[in-house]
Amino acid sequence: MKKFSYILIMLFALSWGCNDDSFLDREPTNILIDSQVWNDKALILSIVADLYDRIPEYQTIQNWWNYVDFDEGFGSASGDYWRHKNNDWGYGEWGLWNYDLIREVNLFIQKAESELTDGLEPADKARFIGEGRFIRATLYFELVKRMGGVPLILEPLTYDFSGDATYLQYPRAKESEVYDFVLSELDEIKNDLPNDVNVKGRATRGLVLAMESRVALYAASIAKYGATTPTVTLPGGEVGISASLADAYYTKALSAAEELINSGTYSLYQENPDDLSQNFADLFVKKANNKEVIFVKDFKLQSGKVQPFTVQNQPWSGAEDLEGGRLNPSLNLVQSFEKLDNTFEPFQTMSGADHIYFDSPADMFDGRDARLKGTVIIPGSKFKGKDLDIWAGYMLADGSIITGDTYGARKELPDGTVAQVVGLDGPINSLEFSAQSGFYCRKYMDPATGSGQRGLNSEVWWVRYRLGEVYLNAAEAAFELGQPSKAAGYLNVVRSRAGFTIDLTASDVTFDRIVHERKVELAFEGHELWDMKRWRLAHVVWNGEAVSLTTDPGKADAVSTRVYGLWPYKYYEPGSPNDGKYVFQQVLPVEVTGADRFRLGNYYSYIGDDIRNNNPQIVKNPNQ
Amino acid sequence: MIKLRLLIISVIVAGFLFSCGYDNYDEPGSSFQGRIVYQGEPINVSYNDVFFQLWEPGWELNYSIDVTIGQDGSFSALLFDSSYKLIIPAAQGPFRNLINSETGSDTILINLSGSTTNFDIEVEPYYMVRNPQFSASGRNVTGTFQAEKIITDAGARDIERVNLYVGKTQFVDFRTNVVSAEIGGGDIADPNAISMTVTVPDLTPTQNYVYARIGIKISGVEDMIFSPVQKVDL
Repeated sequence: MKKFSYILIMLFALSWGCNDDSFLDREPTNILIDSQVWNDKALILSIVADLYDRIPEYQTIQNWWNYVDFDEGFGSASGDYWRHKNNDWGYGEWGLWNYDLIREVNLFIQKAESELTDGLEPADKARFIGEGRFIRATLYFELVKRMGGVPLILEPLTYDFSGDATYLQYPRAKESEVYDFVLSELDEIKNDLPNDVNVKGRATRGLVLAMESRVALYAASIAKYGATTPTVTLPGGEVGISASLADAYYTKALSAAEELINSGTYSLYQENPDDLSQNFADLFVKKANNKEVIFVKDFKLQSGKVQPFTVQNQPWSGAEDLEGGRLNPSLNLVQSFEKLDNTFEPFQTMSGADHIYFDSPADMFDGRDARLKGTVIIPGSKFKGKDLDIWAGYMLADGSIITGDTYGARKELPDGTVAQVVGLDGPINSLEFSAQSGFYCRKYMDPATGSGQRGLNSEVWWVRYRLGEVYLNAAEAAFELGQPSKAAGYLNVVRSRAGFTIDLTASDVTFDRIVHERKVELAFEGHELWDMKRWRLAHVVWNGEAVSLTTDPGKADAVSTRVYGLWPYKYYEPGSPNDGKYVFQQVLPVEVTGADRFRLGNYYSYIGDDIRNNNPQIVKNPNQ
Repeated sequence: MIKLRLLIISVIVAGFLFSCGYDNYDEPGSSFQGRIVYQGEPINVSYNDVFFQLWEPGWELNYSIDVTIGQDGSFSALLFDSSYKLIIPAAQGPFRNLINSETGSDTILINLSGSTTNFDIEVEPYYMVRNPQFSASGRNVTGTFQAEKIITDAGARDIERVNLYVGKTQFVDFRTNVVSAEIGGGDIADPNAISMTVTVPDLTPTQNYVYARIGIKISGVEDMIFSPVQKVDL
C-alpha cells in the first residue's frame, strides 16, 4: 500500500509539477518567425543588408585576380601566372545562374508587400519594397550581361511534389525584354527611395538614375554594335537586340544621366585641387565628404567585414606583411593615359640608336593625365610615405645587364664594388610580389597604417556606382545620338578633373575617344569586360594573335592580347654624364606566353547542360 | 599449417588480382574516326577550334560528347557501341552543314558497332584553298594558291583576308606563327592567283626548316579554312 502511494505521488508530481505551456512552448533563440521580423525595421534592414551583400560581381577588390584576366594587369603571384599562359577563355567563364538568390529576393518582396509589414510607416514599407525590387533588378542585370535573355521569374516558385515539374519550366525571355524589365522596375521604385547623398550602402534615387543610365547604355550599344557580329544572336531574340531600338535606349541613358547630373545632389570629388593625382586616388579611399560616390559595398575595421586588397597588392618594399605586389598594371593600360595636350603617345625609350636618359624614373611619366599616378604606382613615386624601389638592374654601355634574382640582390659591378643591382620591388621575372610589369596598383590602395597587415586589412569601400561614370555614360549616349558638342561637354568635366586644360571640341569626340576615356577613368573598377562585350570589340581586341604592343593607344580596336611591362634600368658608365641616370626598356614578362583570344562563343556564357536538362525550354547560347 | 596459411594468402592475392575485372565497367572500345570533307577532300582548320557533338538518345539526362577536329580535318573518338546523333553546332567551322537525307535535318545518325575508321562527314565550305604551293628562297617563304568560292547562292560570303602563316612547329595558324603575311579581301586582284611572301626571322633554337600554311578568313565566320601544313626547307 505504501508502494502504491509513492507511485501515486510521483505521478501527480510529473503531471502537475510544471506548467506545460510555459515550460515546453519556448521561444526559439535561433529562429525569428515572420510576425517578429516584419514588424521591426531593424530586423528587415538586416535581411536586406544580407541581400545587398550577396549581389554577384565579377572584378572587384575582393578578387584582384580577375583584374588580370584581360589586358589591364599582370598577376605577380605564382598561382596566377596561368592567366597569362592560356589562350582561350572557357565558354562558361563569368557565367551566372543564381535563381536561388532570386527566389530569396522574390520572397522578400512578397513578404514586404504583404500585410505582415502593415505595422511599419508607409514610407518605410515602400522603401523596403523598393530596395527588394532594386536588388532583383540588379540580379537580372547581372544575368543579362553574362547570359543574355533569361527566364524572368518575378514571384517565388514552389514545387507541389506532384512528380511533374514542367509547370516550373520557363523559357528564356528576349534580351531586350530583360533590359526593359530592369529599366521599368527602376522607373517605378525611383520615388520610393530617399534622395540622400550620404546614403551610400543602400538604394537611393541617385543610384536608380545612375543604374538606369548604365543599363540603358548597355542595351543601346548591344543593339547598335551587335549588328557587327550577326552570328552572336539567336532567332528567338534571347541574344541580340534589334538595331532599331538603339536610339530609344540611348535617349533613355542620356535622360537618366542628365537628370542625375542636373539634380546637383552629387558632384565630382574635388577635395584636393592642388594634387589631382592624389585627389583621384582619394576619391576611392576617402569616405568623408565624398559626394561623387553613389553606391558602395562598405567595409569596417574590426567588425569582421574587411577586405584584403591592400594586403595583397601593397608594394613589396614597404609591405607591412609577408605579401603584396600581386596586381601589376600593364603597360598596355599605362600608355593609354594621354599627354596633357590631348594627344596619345607610347613611352619613348630610345632616341635614334641611343637611350633616353632620365634623372628620376618618375620623369618618364610626367606631363600626362593626372589619373595615371592616381591609378598606378609608378617607379620613383611613394606609397604610404615610403619611396618605392622599382628598377630592374644596371645597364652597361654595351647594352649588357647586371641584375639579380631576389628583391634588392647585391652583386659585383665592373669596377669591383659590390652594390645593390636590382630594386627591392623588382622587377624580376617570375618572382612573385615583384612589380613584374614595372608598376603597382594604386587605385583602392588604402593609405592607412596597418591596412597592409593580414590581421587588420582595410575598410576602403568598393565603389559600385559613382558620378564620374555617369558623366561618361551621358557623353557616350549623347555622342551616339549625334550630339557631339554635348558629349564633349560631359567628357570635359571628367577630363578637367584629371588635369586637362585644353577642352575637347565637338569634332574631337569620336567613338575611339569614348572607349579610351572609359578605359582610363574606370580602370580596375570592373567595367572592362562588360564594356568590351557590349561594343562587340572583345573579339577584335583580344583576337589571339601574339602581336607587339600597339603604338596607337587611342585606337579602340587596337589588338591587345598580351600584357607588356616597362622596366627602368640604372645606366652604368663611370665618367659619362649619363652614369646613374635611368633608361627604360619595354618588356614582355616571361610568364606571358599565351595570347588572349575572345571567341564569339564567349560573348554570352555557356548555360550548363544540367540547367538545360532540368528545363528543356532553355535554348543554348550561340557559337558554343 | 604453414601450407594452409600460404594457400589462404595466395587465394586472397589471386582474388585481388582478378577482381578488378568484376568491379570495373568496360572502357569504351570502339574507335570512331573520320574526316570533315568536301567532295572527298578534307577541310583543314585550326587546332582546338572546331568540334561536333555526339548525343546518345535514350537517357534521362543528356550531355554531349564533344569531338574536336584536328588541323587536317580528321577526328577520332573512343566510344561505346550505340547509336548516336551527330550534330555540328551552328557557326562551327568555315562551312555550312548539309541536310542529311535520312533525318531531313543536319543531324546525322550513327550506329556504332565495332570500330569505324573512315567516317567522312560531308559539308559545304564557303571557300576551298586550291593548289597551295610553297617555296623558299633564302629566308623568304612564298605561298601561292587559288581561292575557290564554293557557296555562290544567297548564303555566299566574301573573303575578309587571306594569310600566309609560318611557324616553327606543325601547329601553324594565327596563334602559333613566327611570322605571317596578310592580304585584305578587297585587295585581292585575282582569286585564282594569290601570292604572299614572308621573311622568316632568325629562329631560336636554330632550325633550317619551317612549317607554312595558308588560311582564308571568311567575313562573318569565326573559323578560318586552311591549306594543309607543309614543311619548307630554308
